[in-house]
Amino acid sequence: MFGDYSIGDLGAIFAMQGFAGLILFSVYVLMALGLAIIFGQMGVINMAHGEFMILGAYVTWMTSNAFQTYLPALFPGYFFVAMILAFLASGALGMLVEWGLIRHLNRRPLDTLLATWGLSLILQQAYRSIFGAREVGVELPQWMLGSKQITDTIEVPINGIFVMCLTFLITAAVAYVMYKSRWGRQVRAVVQNRVMAGAVGINTEKVDRYTFGLGCGIAGVAGSAFTMIGSTGPTSGQLYIVDTFLVVVFGGAASLFGTIASAFSISQAQSTMEFFMSGSMAKVLTLLAIVAILMMRPQGLFALKVRK
Amino acid sequence: MESPRFLSRSDVIGLAALALLLVVILPLSLDVFRLNLVAKYLTYAFVALGLVLCWGFGGILSLGQGVFFGLGGYGMAMYLKLEASSVENTKIQSTPGIPDFMDWNQITQLPLFWQPFHSLTLTILAILIIPAFFAYLVGAAMFKRRVGGVYFAIITQAIAAILTILIIGQQGYTGGINGITDLRTLKGWDIRPDHAKVVLYFVEVAFLFGCILLALFVRHSKLGRILVAMREKEDRVRFSGYSVANFKIFAFCLAAMFAAIGGAMFTLNVGFMSPSFVGIVPSIEMVIYTAVGGRLSIFGAIYGTLLVNFAKTSLSESFPQLWLFGLGALFIAVVLIFPNGLAGIWRDHVQPLIDRMINKRKSGSDHHNGKSFGPIADGAPAE
Repeated sequence: MFGDYSIGDLGAIFAMQGFAGLILFSVYVLMALGLAIIFGQMGVINMAHGEFMILGAYVTWMTSNAFQTYLPALFPGYFFVAMILAFLASGALGMLVEWGLIRHLNRRPLDTLLATWGLSLILQQAYRSIFGAREVGVELPQWMLGSKQITDTIEVPINGIFVMCLTFLITAAVAYVMYKSRWGRQVRAVVQNRVMAGAVGINTEKVDRYTFGLGCGIAGVAGSAFTMIGSTGPTSGQLYIVDTFLVVVFGGAASLFGTIASAFSISQAQSTMEFFMSGSMAKVLTLLAIVAILMMRPQGLFALKVRK
Repeated sequence: MESPRFLSRSDVIGLAALALLLVVILPLSLDVFRLNLVAKYLTYAFVALGLVLCWGFGGILSLGQGVFFGLGGYGMAMYLKLEASSVENTKIQSTPGIPDFMDWNQITQLPLFWQPFHSLTLTILAILIIPAFFAYLVGAAMFKRRVGGVYFAIITQAIAAILTILIIGQQGYTGGINGITDLRTLKGWDIRPDHAKVVLYFVEVAFLFGCILLALFVRHSKLGRILVAMREKEDRVRFSGYSVANFKIFAFCLAAMFAAIGGAMFTLNVGFMSPSFVGIVPSIEMVIYTAVGGRLSIFGAIYGTLLVNFAKTSLSESFPQLWLFGLGALFIAVVLIFPNGLAGIWRDHVQPLIDRMINKRKSGSDHHNGKSFGPIADGAPAE
C-alpha cells in the first residue's frame, strides 16, 4: 500500500494525517483522563462517560445557538464560554449521579459497570426526548476555520492546534491539581488506603463526590472538542466509550503519562491508517492491535509496579 | 446439606415447572406468531444460561457473548444462504450460484471460508467448535496471565466491537449491515411456513433442556464447586493446587458454546442473522437477562430472559420512548435493589411462604430441609 507513494509524499501524508488526528487525540485524552481518575480512585467503571461527553457537546451547541441569536458580536469567543458551561453542566450531573447511585455500590466494579450502563441508556433516551433524534452540528467561528500552510504539501487545521493547546492546558491543570494541591493529596491518600485516609480525618465521601464530578466535567470539555470532529446525536457518546476504555487500559490505569501516550498512539494509528484503507478496516486493525498487545501485556504499557 | 446427586428435588421440580410452561402452556395459549417470538427470546436464554455458569458461578463477566451468539448464528446462516443460492435460484445474477449480496459487491467467486458451509455436518461442527476454540484462545490469553474482572469485561467488549465493525465493513463477504437474509430451506425442508416454526420451537426447547441439564450437572459436580470457590477466594483455590485458569477457560468455553447454539437456533427460528445481534449493545443486554433472572440461578436465567423480552416487546410496541428508560432503570435496580434477581425474590419471599403453608398442613411433623437453592445460591457474589 505504500508502494504508490514516494518517500517525500509519505512524509507529507503522515504529517497531515497526524495533525488531522490531533482532535481525535484530544477527545481521547480528555475522556480517558476523566475515566482514569474515576477508575483509579473509586474503582468505578463509568460506562455513562460517553453520555457525559455528549452533554458537554449539547451544551456547546446550545451556547453557540444562544450567541448567534442574542450576542452575534461576541460569537467568535463563544467557544470559551461553552467550554466552561460544558464543564459545569457535566460536572454537576456527575456529582448528582455519584450522590444518587455510585456511592451505594460500595466499590463493586462489575456492578458499577452494569448500573452506569443503565444510566447511559436513560441519558440517551433523555437526550432523544429533549433534543430530538436528529444529529446537530455546531457552527465554528470564523477564526477557527481554515488551516495553516507549513510547507507546500503540509497543511495544519487551526481548530486542531487550538484543541491541542486546550488539551495540554487541561492536562497540565489536572496534573497540578492531582500532584501539587492539598485536595490532590487527599485524593491520592484515598486511592492508596481508603480506611487510613478516613482515619486521619479526610472526608472520603466528599473526595469521592468531587473526583467523580471532576472526571465527568473533563468529559464535558471533551464534548466541546468533539463538536469539531463530528455531529452530536443522542448515541454519539456510545461509539467512543469502548475506545476510551481501551485507551485507559492500554496506557496502564493510574498512570497519567501512560494515558496520554496510549491516546496519542491509538489516535495516530487510526488516523494514519485511514488514509490508506477504509475507515472501518483502520478501526478494526487498531483495535485488534490493542487487544493483541493487551493479551501479551495485560498490565498496559506503563503500569505502576504494585503488589496485589 | 445438599445431596451430591445430579438432580436434587428442587431441580426436578424446577425442570418440571419449566417443561410445563414451555412445552404445554405456551404452545397451547399462543398463536404461531407469538410462539415464534418466544422461540426468539429462548435463543437468548441459551446465552443467559452460559452467563450463569461463567459469571454467576465463575465470577467472570463477559460482555462479549454476542460474539459467540453471532458466530453460531452466522455459521447457520451461511449454510442456509448457500442452500438458498443454488444455481437455478440465482440464474439472473452475473455469477450464478453465489449469495446475492456477493454478486452485488462484484465478487465473482465464493470465498474460501464459505466453502465448508456447503455441508451440514461441517456447519454443525463449525457452530460448536469455532466459538469454543475462539473462547479458548481469548480465555487462555487472559486467564493464564491472571487477567480478570473488569479488564476481562472491557476486552471482551472490545472484541464484540471489532467483530461488528468487521462484519459491517466487509459487506461483500458477510452481507454487511443487513446481515444474511432471505433464508429458505434446511436440507430441502422449508423453514418459513407456520408448521415449520412450531417444529423448530420444539426442537429449540429440546436443545434448551439439554443445555440446562448440562449446566445442572456442572453445578452439582466438583467442577461447579471449584468454580464457586474460585469466585469467592481465588488465591485459596490456587494454593490448594488447582489450576484456576483452566477452570475459568472451561466455564468460558462452555458459555461460548451455549451462546453459539442459541445463535444457530436464532437463525433458524427468525430467518436471518445480522450484526445487530453481535455488538456491544446486544451483548450487554444479554447480561441483564441473566441479572434479572438471578445470576446464580440456572432456571432464573430462562425466566429472566422471557420476562425482560416480553416487557421489551410489549413496552416498545405501545410506548417506544419508555422502553429505554425502563431498561436503564432495570440495570440500576437489579444492581442496587435485587442483586439476586428473580431467583432471589423467589427464595426470600415466595419460597418461605410456600414452606410455611406446607409446614402448617404437616403441623408438628418433622420440618423440611434441603428445599432452598442450595449452598451456592446463598448471598451475593463477592467481588
